[in-house]
Amino acid sequence: MPHFTKPAEGSWTEHYPELGTGLVSYADSVSPEVYEREREAIFARTWLNVGRIEQLPKVGSYFTRELDAARTSVVVVRASQDEVRAFHNICRHRGNKLVWQDFPHEETSGTCRQFTCKYHGWRYNLEGECTFVQQESEFFDLDRQDFGLASVQAEVWEGFIFVNLDPRNTTPLRDYLGKFAKGIEGYPFHELTQVHRYRAEVGSNWKLFIDAFTEFYHAPILHAKQSVAEESRRLTDIGYEALAYEIDGPHGMVSTWTGGAPPKDLSLVKPIERKVRSGLFGPWDEPDLGLDELPPALNPTGSKLWGLDSFLFFPNFMVLIWKQNWVITYHYWPTSYNTHIFEGTCYFAPPKNGRDRLAQELAVVTFKEYALQDGNTLEATQTMLESRTPIRTFPLNDQEILLRHLHTTAQRFVDEHERAPAPAPARV
Amino acid sequence: MPTVLPAAFAELEPFADWAIPTERARYAKRVSSTMDELQAFYDAAFPRIDDALAYLEQFPIDGIPEDATRLLWLYCALMTASFPVESWRQPRVPDSGAASFDAVLEPAV
Repeated sequence: MPHFTKPAEGSWTEHYPELGTGLVSYADSVSPEVYEREREAIFARTWLNVGRIEQLPKVGSYFTRELDAARTSVVVVRASQDEVRAFHNICRHRGNKLVWQDFPHEETSGTCRQFTCKYHGWRYNLEGECTFVQQESEFFDLDRQDFGLASVQAEVWEGFIFVNLDPRNTTPLRDYLGKFAKGIEGYPFHELTQVHRYRAEVGSNWKLFIDAFTEFYHAPILHAKQSVAEESRRLTDIGYEALAYEIDGPHGMVSTWTGGAPPKDLSLVKPIERKVRSGLFGPWDEPDLGLDELPPALNPTGSKLWGLDSFLFFPNFMVLIWKQNWVITYHYWPTSYNTHIFEGTCYFAPPKNGRDRLAQELAVVTFKEYALQDGNTLEATQTMLESRTPIRTFPLNDQEILLRHLHTTAQRFVDEHERAPAPAPARV
Repeated sequence: MPTVLPAAFAELEPFADWAIPTERARYAKRVSSTMDELQAFYDAAFPRIDDALAYLEQFPIDGIPEDATRLLWLYCALMTASFPVESWRQPRVPDSGAASFDAVLEPAV
Protein backbone atom coordinates (compact mmCIF):
# COMPACT_ATOMS: atom_id res chain seq x y z
CA MET A 1 0.00 0.00 0.00
CA PRO A 2 1.65 3.29 -1.03
CA HIS A 3 1.90 6.02 1.60
CA PHE A 4 1.13 8.66 -1.01
CA THR A 5 -1.53 8.40 -3.68
CA LYS A 6 -0.29 7.29 -7.09
CA PRO A 7 -2.03 8.02 -10.41
CA ALA A 8 -5.06 5.97 -11.46
CA GLU A 9 -2.87 3.80 -13.71
CA GLY A 10 -1.37 2.34 -10.54
CA SER A 11 2.10 3.87 -10.82
CA TRP A 12 3.83 7.10 -11.73
CA THR A 13 5.66 5.34 -14.54
CA GLU A 14 2.55 3.88 -16.18
CA HIS A 15 0.93 7.32 -16.06
CA TYR A 16 3.43 8.09 -18.86
CA PRO A 17 2.99 5.02 -21.09
CA GLU A 18 5.70 6.12 -23.54
CA LEU A 19 8.26 5.32 -20.83
CA GLY A 20 7.40 1.63 -20.64
CA THR A 21 8.25 -0.46 -17.60
CA GLY A 22 10.87 -2.80 -19.07
CA LEU A 23 14.54 -3.20 -18.29
CA VAL A 24 16.68 -0.18 -19.23
CA SER A 25 19.94 -0.36 -21.13
CA TYR A 26 22.83 1.80 -19.97
CA ALA A 27 24.63 1.48 -23.30
CA ASP A 28 24.06 5.24 -23.63
CA SER A 29 26.48 5.88 -20.75
CA VAL A 30 29.54 3.83 -21.75
CA SER A 31 30.18 4.78 -25.35
CA PRO A 32 32.34 7.56 -26.83
CA GLU A 33 30.26 7.30 -30.00
CA VAL A 34 26.94 7.86 -28.21
CA TYR A 35 28.47 10.80 -26.38
CA GLU A 36 29.55 12.43 -29.65
CA ARG A 37 25.99 12.09 -30.92
CA GLU A 38 24.63 13.62 -27.69
CA ARG A 39 26.98 16.59 -28.08
CA GLU A 40 25.52 17.36 -31.48
CA ALA A 41 21.90 16.56 -30.75
CA ILE A 42 21.60 17.90 -27.21
CA PHE A 43 24.35 20.22 -26.01
CA ALA A 44 24.78 22.09 -29.29
CA ARG A 45 21.02 22.63 -29.64
CA THR A 46 19.27 23.15 -26.30
CA TRP A 47 19.13 26.06 -23.86
CA LEU A 48 21.94 25.70 -21.29
CA ASN A 49 22.04 27.58 -18.01
CA VAL A 50 25.43 29.27 -17.68
CA GLY A 51 24.95 31.53 -14.65
CA ARG A 52 22.91 34.01 -12.65
CA ILE A 53 22.23 37.65 -13.36
CA GLU A 54 23.92 38.61 -10.04
CA GLN A 55 27.20 37.58 -11.70
CA LEU A 56 26.75 40.57 -14.04
CA PRO A 57 26.09 43.39 -11.57
CA LYS A 58 26.73 46.32 -13.94
CA VAL A 59 27.29 47.28 -17.56
CA GLY A 60 30.58 45.73 -18.65
CA SER A 61 30.46 42.85 -16.15
CA TYR A 62 31.30 39.58 -17.88
CA PHE A 63 32.12 35.93 -17.25
CA THR A 64 33.30 33.11 -19.47
CA ARG A 65 31.95 29.56 -19.55
CA GLU A 66 33.80 26.56 -20.93
CA LEU A 67 31.22 24.41 -22.72
CA ASP A 68 33.27 21.43 -23.75
CA ALA A 69 30.18 19.36 -24.50
CA ALA A 70 29.13 21.96 -27.06
CA ARG A 71 32.72 22.40 -28.27
CA THR A 72 33.03 26.06 -27.41
CA SER A 73 33.75 28.72 -24.81
CA VAL A 74 31.34 31.61 -24.44
CA VAL A 75 31.73 35.06 -22.96
CA VAL A 76 28.58 36.43 -21.34
CA VAL A 77 28.36 40.19 -20.75
CA ARG A 78 25.98 42.88 -19.56
CA ALA A 79 26.06 45.21 -22.57
CA SER A 80 25.45 48.96 -22.87
CA GLN A 81 21.64 48.87 -22.72
CA ASP A 82 21.78 46.59 -19.64
CA GLU A 83 20.94 43.61 -21.85
CA VAL A 84 22.70 40.25 -21.48
CA ARG A 85 24.65 39.19 -24.55
CA ALA A 86 26.78 36.14 -25.28
CA PHE A 87 29.51 35.52 -27.83
CA HIS A 88 31.74 32.69 -28.88
CA ASN A 89 34.96 33.48 -27.05
CA ILE A 90 37.10 33.77 -30.17
CA CYS A 91 38.94 36.69 -31.77
CA ARG A 92 37.93 37.24 -35.38
CA HIS A 93 41.49 37.91 -36.47
CA ARG A 94 43.20 34.55 -36.16
CA GLY A 95 41.16 32.55 -33.69
CA ASN A 96 42.83 33.29 -30.39
CA LYS A 97 40.65 32.83 -27.34
CA LEU A 98 39.49 36.36 -26.61
CA VAL A 99 38.85 36.43 -22.84
CA TRP A 100 40.99 34.40 -20.44
CA GLN A 101 43.50 34.82 -17.62
CA ASP A 102 46.72 32.86 -17.10
CA PHE A 103 45.26 29.48 -18.10
CA PRO A 104 43.31 29.35 -21.36
CA HIS A 105 41.05 26.53 -20.15
CA GLU A 106 40.02 28.20 -16.90
CA GLU A 107 36.90 30.30 -16.60
CA THR A 108 37.24 33.94 -15.65
CA SER A 109 35.12 36.97 -14.86
CA GLY A 110 35.49 40.71 -14.43
CA THR A 111 34.39 44.09 -15.68
CA CYS A 112 35.58 45.92 -18.78
CA ARG A 113 34.62 48.67 -21.22
CA GLN A 114 35.66 46.58 -24.20
CA PHE A 115 37.28 43.25 -24.98
CA THR A 116 40.87 43.39 -26.20
CA CYS A 117 42.60 40.36 -27.69
CA LYS A 118 45.88 39.53 -25.96
CA TYR A 119 47.49 38.49 -29.23
CA HIS A 120 47.33 41.46 -31.65
CA GLY A 121 45.19 43.94 -29.75
CA TRP A 122 41.97 43.77 -31.78
CA ARG A 123 39.14 45.33 -29.78
CA TYR A 124 35.41 44.67 -29.54
CA ASN A 125 32.74 46.69 -27.74
CA LEU A 126 30.17 45.15 -25.38
CA GLU A 127 27.84 44.62 -28.34
CA GLY A 128 30.52 42.52 -30.01
CA GLU A 129 31.35 45.04 -32.75
CA CYS A 130 34.96 45.22 -33.84
CA THR A 131 36.12 48.73 -32.90
CA PHE A 132 39.87 48.60 -33.46
CA VAL A 133 42.26 46.70 -35.67
CA GLN A 134 45.98 47.04 -35.03
CA GLN A 135 47.71 48.41 -38.16
CA GLU A 136 44.42 48.30 -40.00
CA SER A 137 45.97 49.69 -43.21
CA GLU A 138 48.14 46.55 -43.54
CA PHE A 139 45.03 44.44 -44.24
CA PHE A 140 43.38 43.95 -47.60
CA ASP A 141 39.91 45.44 -48.07
CA LEU A 142 39.09 44.72 -44.44
CA ASP A 143 35.83 46.22 -43.22
CA ARG A 144 35.67 46.07 -39.40
CA GLN A 145 31.86 45.83 -39.63
CA ASP A 146 32.27 42.35 -41.06
CA PHE A 147 34.42 41.18 -38.15
CA GLY A 148 32.27 41.47 -35.08
CA LEU A 149 32.22 38.64 -32.52
CA ALA A 150 30.07 35.62 -33.35
CA SER A 151 27.02 36.05 -31.18
CA VAL A 152 25.23 33.28 -29.32
CA GLN A 153 21.55 33.39 -28.36
CA ALA A 154 21.21 34.44 -24.70
CA GLU A 155 18.05 34.83 -22.62
CA VAL A 156 17.29 35.26 -18.95
CA TRP A 157 14.57 33.45 -16.95
CA GLU A 158 14.01 34.54 -13.33
CA GLY A 159 17.62 35.74 -13.18
CA PHE A 160 19.07 32.51 -14.63
CA ILE A 161 21.11 33.21 -17.77
CA PHE A 162 20.88 30.64 -20.57
CA VAL A 163 22.61 30.33 -23.93
CA ASN A 164 21.65 28.32 -26.99
CA LEU A 165 24.50 27.51 -29.37
CA ASP A 166 22.26 26.63 -32.28
CA PRO A 167 22.01 29.71 -34.50
CA ARG A 168 18.88 28.19 -36.08
CA ASN A 169 17.07 27.81 -32.77
CA THR A 170 13.64 29.44 -32.89
CA THR A 171 12.28 28.31 -29.50
CA PRO A 172 12.27 31.10 -26.92
CA LEU A 173 13.80 30.08 -23.59
CA ARG A 174 10.54 30.36 -21.63
CA ASP A 175 8.75 28.11 -24.12
CA TYR A 176 11.58 25.59 -23.93
CA LEU A 177 11.50 25.50 -20.12
CA GLY A 178 7.76 24.83 -20.24
CA LYS A 179 5.14 24.57 -17.53
CA PHE A 180 7.44 23.97 -14.55
CA ALA A 181 9.29 27.24 -15.22
CA LYS A 182 6.08 29.18 -15.63
CA GLY A 183 4.81 27.65 -12.40
CA ILE A 184 7.95 28.66 -10.48
CA GLU A 185 7.96 32.26 -11.72
CA GLY A 186 7.73 34.80 -8.94
CA TYR A 187 9.89 32.76 -6.57
CA PRO A 188 12.27 35.29 -4.95
CA PHE A 189 15.53 33.87 -6.33
CA HIS A 190 16.93 37.42 -6.38
CA GLU A 191 16.76 37.55 -2.56
CA LEU A 192 19.08 34.54 -2.25
CA THR A 193 22.39 36.26 -2.85
CA GLN A 194 24.55 34.41 -0.29
CA VAL A 195 26.21 31.85 -2.56
CA HIS A 196 28.39 28.81 -1.89
CA ARG A 197 29.53 26.91 -5.00
CA TYR A 198 31.23 23.51 -5.15
CA ARG A 199 32.81 21.75 -8.05
CA ALA A 200 33.88 18.17 -8.62
CA GLU A 201 35.45 16.27 -11.47
CA VAL A 202 33.45 13.06 -11.56
CA GLY A 203 34.52 9.85 -13.30
CA SER A 204 31.14 8.98 -14.73
CA ASN A 205 28.85 9.72 -17.63
CA TRP A 206 26.91 12.95 -17.00
CA LYS A 207 23.56 11.15 -16.92
CA LEU A 208 24.59 8.90 -14.04
CA PHE A 209 24.91 11.81 -11.61
CA ILE A 210 21.55 13.17 -12.71
CA ASP A 211 20.21 9.66 -12.08
CA ALA A 212 21.59 9.81 -8.54
CA PHE A 213 19.96 13.16 -7.82
CA THR A 214 16.56 12.48 -9.39
CA GLU A 215 15.79 9.50 -7.15
CA PHE A 216 15.75 9.41 -3.36
CA TYR A 217 15.31 5.61 -3.29
CA HIS A 218 19.03 5.45 -2.41
CA ALA A 219 18.86 7.92 0.46
CA PRO A 220 17.97 5.63 3.41
CA ILE A 221 20.72 3.18 2.38
CA LEU A 222 23.70 5.07 0.93
CA HIS A 223 23.37 7.90 3.45
CA ALA A 224 22.29 5.71 6.40
CA LYS A 225 25.15 6.73 8.66
CA GLN A 226 24.34 10.42 8.27
CA SER A 227 21.39 9.84 10.62
CA VAL A 228 21.48 8.68 14.23
CA ALA A 229 21.18 4.88 14.43
CA GLU A 230 17.54 4.60 15.50
CA GLU A 231 16.33 7.04 12.82
CA SER A 232 18.46 5.30 10.21
CA ARG A 233 16.83 1.91 10.94
CA ARG A 234 13.37 3.49 10.80
CA LEU A 235 14.10 5.13 7.43
CA THR A 236 15.42 1.87 5.99
CA ASP A 237 12.31 -0.01 7.13
CA ILE A 238 9.97 2.56 5.61
CA GLY A 239 11.92 2.96 2.37
CA TYR A 240 11.33 5.97 0.21
CA GLU A 241 8.26 7.23 -1.61
CA ALA A 242 7.93 10.67 -3.15
CA LEU A 243 4.87 12.87 -2.76
CA ALA A 244 4.60 13.21 -6.54
CA TYR A 245 6.42 13.03 -9.86
CA GLU A 246 5.59 14.96 -12.99
CA ILE A 247 6.97 15.06 -16.50
CA ASP A 248 6.65 17.93 -18.97
CA GLY A 249 8.26 17.27 -22.35
CA PRO A 250 11.99 16.74 -21.74
CA HIS A 251 11.80 18.09 -18.17
CA GLY A 252 10.85 16.33 -14.95
CA MET A 253 10.20 17.06 -11.29
CA VAL A 254 9.87 15.26 -7.98
CA SER A 255 8.07 16.67 -4.96
CA THR A 256 9.12 15.21 -1.63
CA TRP A 257 8.82 15.25 2.12
CA THR A 258 11.92 15.51 4.28
CA GLY A 259 12.84 14.53 7.82
CA GLY A 260 11.61 17.93 8.92
CA ALA A 261 13.41 21.12 9.83
CA PRO A 262 13.16 20.89 12.77
CA PRO A 263 12.30 17.19 13.01
CA LYS A 264 9.35 16.15 15.19
CA ASP A 265 11.71 14.38 17.60
CA LEU A 266 14.99 16.21 18.23
CA SER A 267 16.64 13.03 19.49
CA LEU A 268 16.54 11.76 15.89
CA VAL A 269 19.20 14.21 14.69
CA LYS A 270 22.86 14.68 15.54
CA PRO A 271 23.97 16.87 18.48
CA ILE A 272 25.45 19.55 16.20
CA GLU A 273 22.14 19.87 14.33
CA ARG A 274 20.19 20.26 17.56
CA LYS A 275 22.49 23.07 18.69
CA VAL A 276 22.87 24.96 15.44
CA ARG A 277 19.26 24.29 14.32
CA SER A 278 20.22 23.32 10.79
CA GLY A 279 21.08 20.32 8.65
CA LEU A 280 20.63 18.76 5.24
CA PHE A 281 17.21 20.33 4.74
CA GLY A 282 18.47 23.81 5.56
CA PRO A 283 18.41 26.18 8.53
CA TRP A 284 15.40 25.41 10.75
CA ASP A 285 14.63 29.09 11.32
CA GLU A 286 13.96 30.09 7.75
CA PRO A 287 14.27 33.72 6.59
CA ASP A 288 11.16 35.68 5.68
CA LEU A 289 11.26 36.14 1.91
CA GLY A 290 7.91 37.89 1.81
CA LEU A 291 6.45 34.84 0.10
CA ASP A 292 2.80 34.82 1.17
CA GLU A 293 1.92 31.98 -1.15
CA LEU A 294 4.11 29.49 -2.98
CA PRO A 295 4.13 29.74 -6.78
CA PRO A 296 1.77 27.06 -8.19
CA ALA A 297 4.45 24.59 -9.36
CA LEU A 298 5.78 24.24 -5.80
CA ASN A 299 4.35 21.63 -3.43
CA PRO A 300 1.92 20.55 -6.18
CA THR A 301 0.08 18.08 -3.91
CA GLY A 302 -0.36 20.71 -1.19
CA SER A 303 1.13 18.27 1.31
CA LYS A 304 1.70 19.32 4.91
CA LEU A 305 4.78 17.08 4.85
CA TRP A 306 6.29 18.92 1.89
CA GLY A 307 9.99 19.77 2.18
CA LEU A 308 11.50 20.04 -1.28
CA ASP A 309 10.76 20.18 -4.98
CA SER A 310 13.50 19.18 -7.40
CA PHE A 311 13.22 20.15 -11.07
CA LEU A 312 15.39 18.81 -13.89
CA PHE A 313 15.44 21.15 -16.86
CA PHE A 314 16.84 19.01 -19.65
CA PRO A 315 19.61 18.44 -20.30
CA ASN A 316 21.78 19.36 -17.33
CA PHE A 317 20.27 21.97 -15.00
CA MET A 318 18.52 21.13 -11.75
CA VAL A 319 16.81 23.53 -9.36
CA LEU A 320 15.97 22.39 -5.83
CA ILE A 321 13.60 24.65 -3.92
CA TRP A 322 13.42 23.90 -0.19
CA LYS A 323 10.61 24.65 2.24
CA GLN A 324 13.21 26.39 4.42
CA ASN A 325 13.50 29.22 1.85
CA TRP A 326 16.77 28.33 0.21
CA VAL A 327 17.78 26.88 -3.14
CA ILE A 328 20.36 24.51 -4.58
CA THR A 329 21.23 24.25 -8.27
CA TYR A 330 23.11 21.40 -9.93
CA HIS A 331 24.91 21.51 -13.25
CA TYR A 332 26.47 18.53 -15.01
CA TRP A 333 28.98 19.51 -17.71
CA PRO A 334 30.23 16.52 -19.72
CA THR A 335 33.91 16.46 -20.61
CA SER A 336 33.93 12.97 -22.21
CA TYR A 337 31.67 9.92 -22.33
CA ASN A 338 32.80 8.88 -18.85
CA THR A 339 33.76 12.14 -17.15
CA HIS A 340 31.98 15.32 -16.27
CA ILE A 341 32.28 18.38 -14.09
CA PHE A 342 29.60 18.64 -11.43
CA GLU A 343 28.70 21.98 -9.88
CA GLY A 344 26.48 22.32 -6.83
CA THR A 345 25.52 25.80 -5.71
CA CYS A 346 23.69 26.73 -2.49
CA TYR A 347 21.79 30.04 -2.38
CA PHE A 348 20.63 31.60 0.91
CA ALA A 349 19.22 34.92 2.01
CA PRO A 350 22.13 36.99 3.38
CA PRO A 351 22.65 35.93 7.01
CA LYS A 352 21.50 38.51 9.55
CA ASN A 353 24.28 37.69 12.00
CA GLY A 354 26.97 35.18 12.90
CA ARG A 355 24.43 32.65 14.23
CA ASP A 356 22.57 32.65 10.90
CA ARG A 357 25.88 32.29 9.08
CA LEU A 358 26.77 29.18 11.12
CA ALA A 359 23.37 27.61 10.42
CA GLN A 360 23.96 28.12 6.69
CA GLU A 361 27.47 26.67 7.00
CA LEU A 362 26.10 23.48 8.58
CA ALA A 363 23.58 23.09 5.75
CA VAL A 364 26.34 23.59 3.16
CA VAL A 365 28.89 21.21 4.67
CA THR A 366 26.18 18.58 5.22
CA PHE A 367 25.32 18.86 1.53
CA LYS A 368 29.03 18.34 0.82
CA GLU A 369 29.21 15.16 2.92
CA TYR A 370 26.27 13.70 1.00
CA ALA A 371 27.68 14.74 -2.37
CA LEU A 372 31.01 13.05 -1.60
CA GLN A 373 29.16 9.78 -0.97
CA ASP A 374 27.13 10.18 -4.15
CA GLY A 375 30.12 11.11 -6.30
CA ASN A 376 32.23 8.12 -5.38
CA THR A 377 29.36 5.69 -5.92
CA LEU A 378 29.11 6.98 -9.49
CA GLU A 379 32.68 6.03 -10.28
CA ALA A 380 31.94 2.55 -8.97
CA THR A 381 28.90 2.33 -11.23
CA GLN A 382 30.67 3.68 -14.32
CA THR A 383 33.52 1.20 -13.92
CA MET A 384 31.21 -1.78 -13.87
CA LEU A 385 28.96 -0.52 -16.66
CA GLU A 386 32.08 -0.33 -18.81
CA SER A 387 33.29 -3.77 -17.80
CA ARG A 388 32.83 -6.88 -19.89
CA THR A 389 30.27 -8.36 -17.56
CA PRO A 390 27.36 -9.87 -19.51
CA ILE A 391 24.85 -7.66 -17.66
CA ARG A 392 23.55 -4.99 -20.00
CA THR A 393 20.06 -4.05 -18.84
CA PHE A 394 18.70 -3.01 -15.48
CA PRO A 395 15.33 -2.82 -13.72
CA LEU A 396 14.18 0.65 -12.66
CA ASN A 397 11.40 0.97 -10.09
CA ASP A 398 8.58 3.48 -9.90
CA GLN A 399 10.61 5.82 -7.65
CA GLU A 400 13.19 5.89 -10.47
CA ILE A 401 10.78 7.22 -13.09
CA LEU A 402 12.84 10.34 -13.73
CA LEU A 403 15.89 8.22 -14.63
CA ARG A 404 13.87 6.25 -17.12
CA HIS A 405 12.61 9.55 -18.51
CA LEU A 406 16.09 11.12 -18.71
CA HIS A 407 17.65 8.26 -20.66
CA THR A 408 14.59 8.00 -22.92
CA THR A 409 14.67 11.75 -23.57
CA ALA A 410 18.38 11.84 -24.38
CA GLN A 411 17.86 9.00 -26.85
CA ARG A 412 14.84 10.75 -28.38
CA PHE A 413 16.85 13.95 -28.95
CA VAL A 414 19.58 11.97 -30.69
CA ASP A 415 17.10 10.03 -32.83
CA GLU A 416 15.12 13.10 -33.85
CA HIS A 417 18.25 15.08 -34.66
CA GLU A 418 19.67 12.30 -36.80
CA ARG A 419 16.39 11.58 -38.57
CA ALA A 420 16.02 15.18 -39.68
CA PRO A 421 19.47 16.70 -39.55
CA ALA A 422 19.50 20.43 -39.75
CA PRO A 423 21.56 21.94 -42.57
CA ALA A 424 25.15 22.75 -41.77
CA PRO A 425 25.45 26.17 -40.19
CA ALA A 426 26.08 28.97 -42.67
CA ARG A 427 29.64 30.28 -42.61
CA VAL A 428 29.90 33.65 -40.95
CA MET B 1 51.35 34.09 21.79
CA PRO B 2 48.75 36.83 21.21
CA THR B 3 45.15 35.91 21.79
CA VAL B 4 42.94 35.87 18.69
CA LEU B 5 39.49 34.97 20.05
CA PRO B 6 37.08 37.08 22.13
CA ALA B 7 38.16 37.06 25.79
CA ALA B 8 35.13 35.02 26.86
CA PHE B 9 36.45 32.14 24.76
CA ALA B 10 40.03 32.19 26.06
CA GLU B 11 39.90 28.46 26.83
CA LEU B 12 39.63 27.80 23.08
CA GLU B 13 42.89 29.63 22.28
CA PRO B 14 44.81 26.32 22.03
CA PHE B 15 42.49 25.49 19.09
CA ALA B 16 42.83 28.89 17.40
CA ASP B 17 44.54 27.16 14.44
CA TRP B 18 41.03 25.98 13.48
CA ALA B 19 39.92 29.61 12.92
CA ILE B 20 40.43 29.27 9.17
CA PRO B 21 38.73 31.63 6.70
CA THR B 22 37.64 29.16 3.98
CA GLU B 23 35.71 25.88 3.97
CA ARG B 24 38.18 24.42 1.53
CA ALA B 25 41.05 24.95 3.98
CA ARG B 26 38.95 23.86 6.98
CA TYR B 27 38.13 20.60 5.20
CA ALA B 28 41.80 20.10 4.29
CA LYS B 29 42.74 20.46 7.96
CA ARG B 30 40.04 17.96 8.96
CA VAL B 31 41.22 15.24 6.58
CA SER B 32 44.86 15.74 7.56
CA SER B 33 44.03 15.49 11.28
CA THR B 34 43.92 12.34 13.39
CA MET B 35 40.72 11.26 15.14
CA ASP B 36 42.36 12.14 18.47
CA GLU B 37 42.97 15.69 17.25
CA LEU B 38 39.43 16.03 15.88
CA GLN B 39 37.94 14.63 19.08
CA ALA B 40 39.99 17.02 21.22
CA PHE B 41 38.82 20.01 19.18
CA TYR B 42 35.20 18.83 19.34
CA ASP B 43 35.38 18.15 23.08
CA ALA B 44 36.68 21.65 23.70
CA ALA B 45 34.45 23.62 21.32
CA PHE B 46 31.13 21.75 21.44
CA PRO B 47 30.40 22.44 25.13
CA ARG B 48 30.74 26.20 24.45
CA ILE B 49 28.54 26.22 21.34
CA ASP B 50 25.50 27.79 23.01
CA ASP B 51 27.70 30.63 24.27
CA ALA B 52 29.30 31.02 20.85
CA LEU B 53 25.93 31.14 19.06
CA ALA B 54 24.63 33.76 21.50
CA TYR B 55 27.84 35.77 21.11
CA LEU B 56 27.76 35.63 17.31
CA GLU B 57 24.09 36.57 17.21
CA GLN B 58 25.03 40.05 18.48
CA PHE B 59 26.86 41.01 15.30
CA PRO B 60 25.53 41.73 11.83
CA ILE B 61 27.82 40.04 9.30
CA ASP B 62 28.73 43.42 7.83
CA GLY B 63 30.93 44.92 10.48
CA ILE B 64 31.50 41.83 12.63
CA PRO B 65 34.65 42.48 14.74
CA GLU B 66 37.84 40.62 13.87
CA ASP B 67 37.92 38.47 17.00
CA ALA B 68 34.26 37.50 16.50
CA THR B 69 35.03 36.67 12.87
CA ARG B 70 37.73 34.27 14.06
CA LEU B 71 35.27 32.73 16.52
CA LEU B 72 32.82 32.29 13.62
CA TRP B 73 35.48 30.59 11.52
CA LEU B 74 36.46 28.35 14.43
CA TYR B 75 32.83 27.26 14.79
CA CYS B 76 32.50 26.83 11.02
CA ALA B 77 35.44 24.43 11.45
CA LEU B 78 33.50 22.65 14.20
CA MET B 79 30.67 22.06 11.69
CA THR B 80 33.23 20.42 9.40
CA ALA B 81 34.90 18.45 12.20
CA SER B 82 31.58 17.25 13.64
CA PHE B 83 31.06 14.66 10.91
CA PRO B 84 34.09 12.51 11.77
CA VAL B 85 33.27 12.75 15.47
CA GLU B 86 29.47 12.35 15.39
CA SER B 87 29.05 10.08 12.35
CA TRP B 88 32.07 8.53 10.70
CA ARG B 89 34.66 7.68 13.38
CA GLN B 90 37.25 8.55 10.74
CA PRO B 91 38.35 11.89 9.21
CA ARG B 92 37.08 11.13 5.68
CA VAL B 93 33.59 10.33 4.52
CA PRO B 94 33.50 6.50 4.31
CA ASP B 95 33.73 5.12 0.78
CA SER B 96 34.47 8.57 -0.60
CA GLY B 97 37.89 7.37 -1.81
CA ALA B 98 39.30 9.68 -4.41
CA ALA B 99 36.14 11.77 -4.74
CA SER B 100 36.59 15.49 -4.20
CA PHE B 101 34.08 18.28 -3.88
CA ASP B 102 35.79 21.61 -3.61
CA ALA B 103 34.45 25.04 -2.73
CA VAL B 104 35.07 27.40 -5.64
CA LEU B 105 32.93 30.28 -4.36
CA GLU B 106 32.31 31.17 -0.72
CA PRO B 107 31.10 34.21 1.20
CA ALA B 108 33.94 36.53 2.29
CA VAL B 109 33.03 36.00 5.96
